Parts: sequence; C-alpha cells; structure tokens
Amino acid sequence: MLTFMASDSEEDACNERTSLMSAESPVPRSCQEGRQGPEDGEDAAQWRSQGREEDQEEDPDRYVCSGVPGRLPGLEEELTLKYGAKHVIMLFVPVTLCMVVVVATIKSVRFYTEKNGQLIYTPFTEDTPSVGQRLLNSVLNTLIMLSVIVVMTIFLVVLYKYRCYKFIHGWLIMSSLMLLFLFTYIYLGEVLKTYNVAMDYPTLFLVVWNFGAVGMVCIHWKGPLVLQQAYLIMISALMALVFIKYLPEWSAWVILGAISVYDLMAVLCPKGPLRMLVETAQERNEPIFPALIYSSAMVWTVGMAKPDPSSQGALQLPYDPEMEEDSCDSLGEPSYPEVLEPPLPGSPGEELEEEEERGVKLGLGDFIFYSVLVGKAAATGSGDWNTTLACFVAILIGLCLTLLLLAVFKKALPALPISIAFGLIFYFSTDNLVRPFMDTLASHQLHI
Amino acid sequence: MTAAVFFGCAFIAFGPALALYIFTIATDPLRIIFLIVGAFFWLISLLLSSFVWFVARAITGNRDGPIEKYLLIFGVLVSVLIQEMFRFAYYRLLKKANEGLKTINPDEPAPSMRLLAYVSGLGFGIMSGVFSFVNTLSDSLGPGTVGIHGDSPYFFLNSAFMTQVIILLHMFWGIIFFDGCEKKNWYPLLAVILTHLLVSALTFLNPQYEISLVSAYMIMVLTGIWAFFVAGGSRRSLKRYLLCQDKNFLLYSQRSR
Repeated sequence: MLTFMASDSEEDACNERTSLMSAESPVPRSCQEGRQGPEDGEDAAQWRSQGREEDQEEDPDRYVCSGVPGRLPGLEEELTLKYGAKHVIMLFVPVTLCMVVVVATIKSVRFYTEKNGQLIYTPFTEDTPSVGQRLLNSVLNTLIMLSVIVVMTIFLVVLYKYRCYKFIHGWLIMSSLMLLFLFTYIYLGEVLKTYNVAMDYPTLFLVVWNFGAVGMVCIHWKGPLVLQQAYLIMISALMALVFIKYLPEWSAWVILGAISVYDLMAVLCPKGPLRMLVETAQERNEPIFPALIYSSAMVWTVGMAKPDPSSQGALQLPYDPEMEEDSCDSLGEPSYPEVLEPPLPGSPGEELEEEEERGVKLGLGDFIFYSVLVGKAAATGSGDWNTTLACFVAILIGLCLTLLLLAVFKKALPALPISIAFGLIFYFSTDNLVRPFMDTLASHQLHI
Repeated sequence: MTAAVFFGCAFIAFGPALALYIFTIATDPLRIIFLIVGAFFWLISLLLSSFVWFVARAITGNRDGPIEKYLLIFGVLVSVLIQEMFRFAYYRLLKKANEGLKTINPDEPAPSMRLLAYVSGLGFGIMSGVFSFVNTLSDSLGPGTVGIHGDSPYFFLNSAFMTQVIILLHMFWGIIFFDGCEKKNWYPLLAVILTHLLVSALTFLNPQYEISLVSAYMIMVLTGIWAFFVAGGSRRSLKRYLLCQDKNFLLYSQRSR
C-alpha cells in the first residue's frame, strides 16, 4: 500500500482525507470546510505528488483536491508538482537495492535455489507426474496460504481495534527478533560457505549480536533514518529469500497473482481489513505500525521529539506482521502491502521542527513481493539476465504508475497489483518469446 | 575469459552510457523517470518483435538450415521498424505529458523537448545495449576459450564495441528523430530509420568485423555530428566550449537544453 505523508501544515489547506470524503459532493468549497476530524494537524499524510509524472494526460483540474472539479489550482498544485518526481526516486532506490541484494544472493549462494522442503502453508507437493495435478496442487497451496494471510490480517485488525497494543507490540518484537537474528545467522552461514571463508564462533556471535541489536533499536525505537531504512531493506530481502527458497515453483507464481488481487480488494473495498486498519488509525490519529513501513522521509520514523502519550503509544507499535508468525513464514503481507498514511504525532504542535520533507511510505510487504518476483525470475530464468532485467523494469514502471495514481486519488492505494501484473506479464513473455530471439541474435552477433 | 575480459568488455560497452547517466541524468529525478520509461518502451518494442519472429518461425515449422537465417534477418528488420515506431509513440506521449505539465505549472520550466529527446534516446540505447550484451558478459566470467572451434577470437571485444556504438547511436537517433517530429520534417525520420536498418544489416556480415564495426563507427560519428547541429550546437559554441570561454556553460546555468 502506498501512502504519503505531508509534513507541513500550512500547505494543507485542503486535507486530503476530508477532501476525499467530501469529494462526493461536487461543491468545490467543501475541501476547505472539511477540516474537522482526525486531521486537525496537518498531517493528512498525503502526498500530492504528481505533476512530474510523464504520462499525465488528464485534465489538470483533476488533480485538485482529490478530484473535485472546478476548483482553482492553488498552492496545492505547486506543492504537488514540486515533490512528484523526487518521491518516485526515493522509492525507486530502496526497491532497487532490495532487488539487487536478492538477485545477487540468488545468483551466487546456491542454498536459496535448492529445494529443501516446503512450508506447512503450502502442503501440496508439486512433484506430480501430470500437469493438471501440478496446477491443481499449486492452486490449493495458494488457497491455503492466502487464507492464512487473510486470517492473520483480520486477527491483527481486530487486535488493533480493541487496542491490544501490548500483544501486537510483543508479536512484532518476536518476529523482528527472529528475522534479525535467526535468518541473518543462516544467511551469513550460507554466504560464508559459498565463498569458503572460515569464521569462528566468537566472531560470528559478535557480528550477529551487533547487527541484530542495532537493528532492533533502529526499527523499534529511534535511530538514524538511513540506518533504519537499510535494516528494513535487509529484512525484506531476507524474507523474500525465504519465500524464494520454500515456495514451490508454480505455487509461487499463483501466490503472487492471488496476493495482488487480495491486496487490491483489502485496500479498496469498504470492508477490507486493511482499509479498516487505515481508517481506525486515522480516527485515532496514530501512526500505523511505523516499524514495518518503509518511510522515505525524515520525520516520522526518527521518533517524536516531544513526549506525547498518544504518539508514544503509537510509535511503539511496530508492525511486523510477517515476522510474527513462525519462523519460516510469511503472513499477513497484505498488511503491509499497504502504505499507510502516517497518522502521526497526535498533537499538531509537535510537528516536524526541522523536517519539511514530505515523504511516501511503502509497506514492507511490497518490497518483499517485488523481490520475490525478481528473485524467482533470476532463479528460474535458466541463467538468463534478460528476464530478470525485464521484470525489474516492469516493476519500476508499475511503481511509477501506482505513485501517479496515488497523486491523483490521494488515498492509500495498494502497491502490488500494477507492478506484479506487469512483472508477471513480462516474466512469462520474456522467458518464452524474447529469450530465444535474443539468444539466437547474440550467437550470430546480430544487433537490432 | 577471465575477470579482465569481463570488466574490460563491460566498461567498453557501458562506460560512455554510465558516464552520461552519472553526469547528466542521475541528478534530476524527472530525467531518471523519463529514462526508465524510455527503456520500458524499448522493451515493449522488443517484445512485439520477438512475438513476430516467434510466430513467423512457428508458421514455417521450426526447420533448421538457411531458412533459420532468413527468418532471423526478417526478424531483425521487423524489429528495427517496430523500435522506430515505438520511438515515435514515446514522442507522442512526451508531447502530451509536456502539455499537461505546462498547463499545470507554468512557472517552473518543464523539461524541453530536446532534453527529452536526449533522455529517451539514451533510455532506448541503454536498454538495447543491456539486453544484447549482458548474457554474453555473464558468460565471459566462466571458463572457456574463445574461438576454439575456429571462430573468431575477438567475439567478446566485437560485441562490446558494437554495443557501445549502438548505445551512442540510439542517443543520436533520438535527438534527430524528435527534432524531425517537432519541426514536422519527415526526412530526418526517414534518415534515422534507414541508418538504423543499415547498421543492423551491416551486422549480418559478422564475423567480418572490420566492415561492420568500422562502418558502424563511421555512421556513429556522422550521426553524432548531425545530432550536435540539430541540438543547437555550432562550430562557434564548440570552440567556445573547448577554449573555456563559454560563460554560460561555466556558470552551469539551469536552462534545460
């Protein structure tokens, strides 16, 4: 899910949320009147980007105030345009980094491409003689996995609704502990094995301990933004690698498709769990799960300077849906795939003193599934780099389009569907059509 | 086939493009986006041309022999035409986007069509170069002896130089093409399509690298000079630049060219 955050209050003449709610009425002025509600402060967390996107052909009026026609373009438009392209790049860079880490690992460390069993969430094997049986098994695996994710998401939303913050907090801490320590230890072990480097246990303990402890502090408490972003990218890459290893071939592709559809429904349908989560958080004016959302701007994540009870509580609410389950498993990714709006600091006064930055937030689930797609393309593309690159470009273009839509619609949007759709189309077409063509051309040294 | 060959060929093929990217594109987020969209358009054109080739091969029954070579030639020519078609399509898209940008925000200077021509050409070139060469590059890391069966031992070097020339050519073609479209002058477009066909056709002569590579470089130099004049350069401006007398350039003004 993609959401954006606004840091300045003065720009928010029209609160996106309220403007969105008042978008039903065609009266332009409703944008200004709709100031009531949770967003008293500025933080509607909406990123009015747009403008710099190249494929905008629509009527400029559409960008005003979430689609209310006829409103004069004002201050908002300028800000909208000023921050457009920069935020797209601020998301391109971490997504690219995560994919690079995953692809580099897949191509060098053989552990992650070896088949070594399956998760209990995908119990049906794909080792069947007939194609029909294999397809059926992968569909069944997908159904099971998806229902697990749906149940976990609903459970999480229920917990959040009934304010069981401590439970959620504990759950998230357990998951990040597991990711940061256990998975890192396994990863480090495999990398050392691949390069035949010996490391003694005391050094290993020191390295893993430092990495994990600093990671826990950065993600769940305070830390430099860049370090937090780096850790979030690392844990997304680790999670994606686990998926690539343990999901069987066809099931992985069907799961990717199903998760995108689920993400679309969960974020956009009125009764979708993720939408309810976002709305509840906004009503309470709390930041949603700051630890499991990748945030591209400074303010929100570095911790609130002033002790504000509501924001404190909210800040301690790192959300690690994925990690919570058990070790090898993913879970409510769809929870992340949303970008949640940064409900932010309860009181308007404590805004960002220094940070004037507006930023966009992208859920870690999106990172994970993008990397799973590209990693699988790298793992199964028969050593072909063209497929990997094509999927990479397709995902970036999908992300660009999603951000464009975000600027147009100004509300939380699912980030998976467009990118995964493009990625899947390009994977299958490049693997089957382009690869033979380019291989034949390269062997005859013909250039097109 | 060692790391030396790998790095050497990689930098030969992608060095100029990387330098251009770092110095002119990486600084502005909008240009990066236009570059990636350009790359995407080239990718779609490649997809279409592969599909056409695939269908043609399926129709003629997948036989081996000379017919395979003819089908390949057919595929290459069709691919060149489709690439130029998509270059035109990208031009139309950018035109609409530019208009949209101008109406929304009249104060800030939107990127000029010349800049977009350069960026789109570079995007096409980078994607084309990467797709042609990256598999060969990754093979060069492994063990093997080039040309052990009597083929030319200069396979990697030739591919690297050819890739470099194609990337630069795409960039020049982009500039000339867009300029022709802007001025509604159709001869530059025809010239671009013909030179593209010529360069691709010359590669049919491989492995006689002398002819194909040298002529490709000559065409690149000529196209480069043409693109320079089309983009607004002149002998005077070049002299001023070389003698460090161009005050505007020295101050690095923000005018987008």
